[in-house]
Amino acid sequence: MPESSLEVKDIQSSPAECRTPPLRQFSQSSLAVHRNSYMFSTFCTEHNVQECLSHINQEVSSLGLPPVWTESAGSSELNVVAVLNCMYDLVQLHRRGVRNLENMEVEQLRASSNVDFLQLTSTRLKEQLELSKRENTGLLEKERQLQQKVKSLQNCLKNEKEEVQKLQNIIASRASQYNHEMKRKEREFNKLKERLNQLLVDKKEKKQAIDVLNRIGRADGKRSLWKTEKTEARHEGEMYKTLLSDYDTRQRELVLENAELRKVLQQMKKDIMSILGSRKTTSKADKHEDGCIQADSEEEEEVFDSSKESVELYCVHAREKLTNSIRLQWRRLKSHVERLDSQASVSQIGDSKNTDAVPREIHMEEMDRLKLEIQQCKDFIQTQQQLLQQQLSSPCDEETASLLSDCYMLQEKDRLREEWKTLEEQRKNFERERRNFTEAAIRLSHERKAFEEDRATWLKHQFLNLSPFSESKKLMSKSKSAFLISAETEPSTALTPEKPITCPHETVSPAHKCVRLASPPATELRRTHCLAPDDSSTKPKTKSEPAEDSDVFCNRNAPGQNKRWNSSREQSSRSFAWEENSSI
Amino acid sequence: MNFSEVFKQSNQLCKVSPDGKYLATCVQYRLVVRDVSTLQILQLFTCLDQISHMEWSSDSLFILCAMYKRGLVQVWSLEQPDWHCKIDEGSIGLVSSRWSPDGRHVLNTTEFHLRITVWSLCTKAVSYIKYPKACQKGIDFSRDGCYMALAERRDCKDYVSVFVCDDWHLLRHFETETQDMGGLEWSPNGCVLAVWDSCLEYKVLLYSLDGRLLSTYSAYDWSLGVKSVTWSPSSQFLAIGSYDEKVRILNHITWKKIAQFDHPATINSSKAVVYKEVEKRPAVVNDDLSLHNITIGATLFNTQSKYEICPLPVQIPVTKPDPDRANPKIGVSTLAFSSDSRFLATKNAGIQVQSLSWHCSGDSLVLLGKEQLCICYMDTDQEDT
Repeated sequence: MPESSLEVKDIQSSPAECRTPPLRQFSQSSLAVHRNSYMFSTFCTEHNVQECLSHINQEVSSLGLPPVWTESAGSSELNVVAVLNCMYDLVQLHRRGVRNLENMEVEQLRASSNVDFLQLTSTRLKEQLELSKRENTGLLEKERQLQQKVKSLQNCLKNEKEEVQKLQNIIASRASQYNHEMKRKEREFNKLKERLNQLLVDKKEKKQAIDVLNRIGRADGKRSLWKTEKTEARHEGEMYKTLLSDYDTRQRELVLENAELRKVLQQMKKDIMSILGSRKTTSKADKHEDGCIQADSEEEEEVFDSSKESVELYCVHAREKLTNSIRLQWRRLKSHVERLDSQASVSQIGDSKNTDAVPREIHMEEMDRLKLEIQQCKDFIQTQQQLLQQQLSSPCDEETASLLSDCYMLQEKDRLREEWKTLEEQRKNFERERRNFTEAAIRLSHERKAFEEDRATWLKHQFLNLSPFSESKKLMSKSKSAFLISAETEPSTALTPEKPITCPHETVSPAHKCVRLASPPATELRRTHCLAPDDSSTKPKTKSEPAEDSDVFCNRNAPGQNKRWNSSREQSSRSFAWEENSSI
Repeated sequence: MNFSEVFKQSNQLCKVSPDGKYLATCVQYRLVVRDVSTLQILQLFTCLDQISHMEWSSDSLFILCAMYKRGLVQVWSLEQPDWHCKIDEGSIGLVSSRWSPDGRHVLNTTEFHLRITVWSLCTKAVSYIKYPKACQKGIDFSRDGCYMALAERRDCKDYVSVFVCDDWHLLRHFETETQDMGGLEWSPNGCVLAVWDSCLEYKVLLYSLDGRLLSTYSAYDWSLGVKSVTWSPSSQFLAIGSYDEKVRILNHITWKKIAQFDHPATINSSKAVVYKEVEKRPAVVNDDLSLHNITIGATLFNTQSKYEICPLPVQIPVTKPDPDRANPKIGVSTLAFSSDSRFLATKNAGIQVQSLSWHCSGDSLVLLGKEQLCICYMDTDQEDT
């Protein structure tokens, strides 16, 4: 039903137009939108009336209005009343909505204005706060200053009090001193008064007097002089002389001192100049200007020096010049040193990396080198340790180990072993020989015993055969000798057995040696030794044996019968000399 | 150290003659003269009254004995024991008596310091000097004995008179700028006279021989001032000890202070060596310039003590004086230079040392306490200029 819809549209649109003017713009605009939308979008067409109806119904019911069209009516025609009502409700709704909108807009405006107002007030308050804060800090500052002042004033007060106290103490001490003096003076005054009274009362006045036995001479022996003007003048003169001499000596001392000091100053100046001069040559660029000036002044001074050096600087101007020049040099030196200091500090801070880097590089190289060295040493130590460990821990092969351990001494050990062998052999020989000797000694003792017995029998025979008649010379001599001996040695029967010993011993040539020589046991070995090579060289070993045996025998008897041998030898030395000689 | 037997004496009158050969002691009214080496009595003189003061003449030939109560002075001769001389001051009284430098005049100060009478033993003549001042040290003779400086007070003003000792001729007479002169002293070379004020004002004035004022020195105001003054033997330094326990040294060219030394109760200087005698009551003398601090040692007869070096800081025991009394016992009371002017020994009051004196060689120092005697030797190698 396009007509109805159009009508609806018109109806809808017209009441909208009789709206209040202020909101006309808004409403019109909204309506315009609606109109436009309505214009452009056709909601209802001829075909979808029912759907539109139902849709509108739904919409209306959703808005809370009674439905527009009911199905039950039966007719497809709209209930105009309901529709009008609905439309009226809708219009009312719309109006309410618009009114609400207006209200809300009003409220929004109000709110925004409120907000603006509040913002303004807040900014104002903030400014006020700032101001007050600043004022506060200012006041605090003032308070602090005032407190400081108060403190300082308190200090001043304390100081003043102390000073007052001190002054009071001083005054007190002075007062006590004055009082003391006053009292003393008063006492003296009183004494004086008393004395005066006493003197006035005392009539007899004791006069002063000196009582000297005899005058004594003056200390220097001269006569005393009268007091005259001349003497007075002389005294004055002497006084001035002493003063002048004193001033003279002082002046001389001061002159010497001055000369010394001047010398020192000159020296100092020279030194400073030399130092500065040398420095100047190294760093010319910086102080070109200074250098020029200094060069000039140096030249000046050098000229000055050369001219004045010989002359003593006595006049005031010269002295001043010297001091001024010293001052100038000193100032220059000071500035130079200060500059050096500043340079040093600047470089220290790290401005010049180059100057820093170079030493650092060198430093690093050195460090590396040292590290390398350390590493090498450590490795060396480690290898040594390893070797040592090997040595100690594992003896791999006993033989080899012993060999290894003894390898240094091997040669010596061999030598020693050989020597040992020889020594052992010698020892064995000695043992053998000793054994032989003992056997021989035993044998000899047996033989001796046998011989003794023989001798005893022979002597018995002799004695029995003894007669005064001489049978033969030899026999006679023999017998004589025997008789002599027997006669001599008769008393000592112990000696008798010695005789026959000597005779049979005559046959054995080596034995005589031992007979003649009453040998102490100490020479035993010597003889055996000297005998042994003889024997070994000349005779076979077997022969030497008996000799040795006899030797041993003799020697064995020696300690016991040493005396007897000696005595017999002495006694019979002459008689038997020729016999022994002949035998030998 | 050996000590002789004890000899009696009275009034602490015991003096060795200037030539060092004789020792004179006074026992009541007797004067005993002994030989120094043997201590045998050589002469015995009897005076008329108890001897108050005894003095040797400069040539060691005469001895002066003064009896203040009686107003008498008797002079004895060693060469001629029969010779006698008696000076009677009469009713004017006697307060002090001394020799003149030539040993032939006797100066008697009468009672109340009315005048000084100069008696000549050569001529029996008398001279009078008026208005002498009664102060700590009012008369001083120069070292060569030529001049005498006398403090005078006329019309409430201080004057100094310089006399020639030959004939007592007044050479110079000038006023001094002191309030109340405390004393005066000649410099050893006889050219400068140091004059100082009483303890109420610190002022030291230096006058030349002819009376010109050379310089004035004042360390501070108001507090108690100078207590003791001494010249160095070379006349180069003047040491002033004051009540504030400090010594100030002036030099003779500019008369300005060149050094100042303190006497603190605690010694903290690293250069000082403190020797303490073990188990004895120690008393310390401050030696400045030499940088030694040495304590007093053994008693007279007991030699059982040893010295040990105390670690710094050392607290010196001092007796606190009563500051309210007049002439308080504080301040540097004794000063003495050694003979070569290298050392200065100072004694601060409150330390129990009665007297100190240097040996003429300047190497050693004798300190005398109440009960103790100490001889200190200076180590001259440790000199620190």
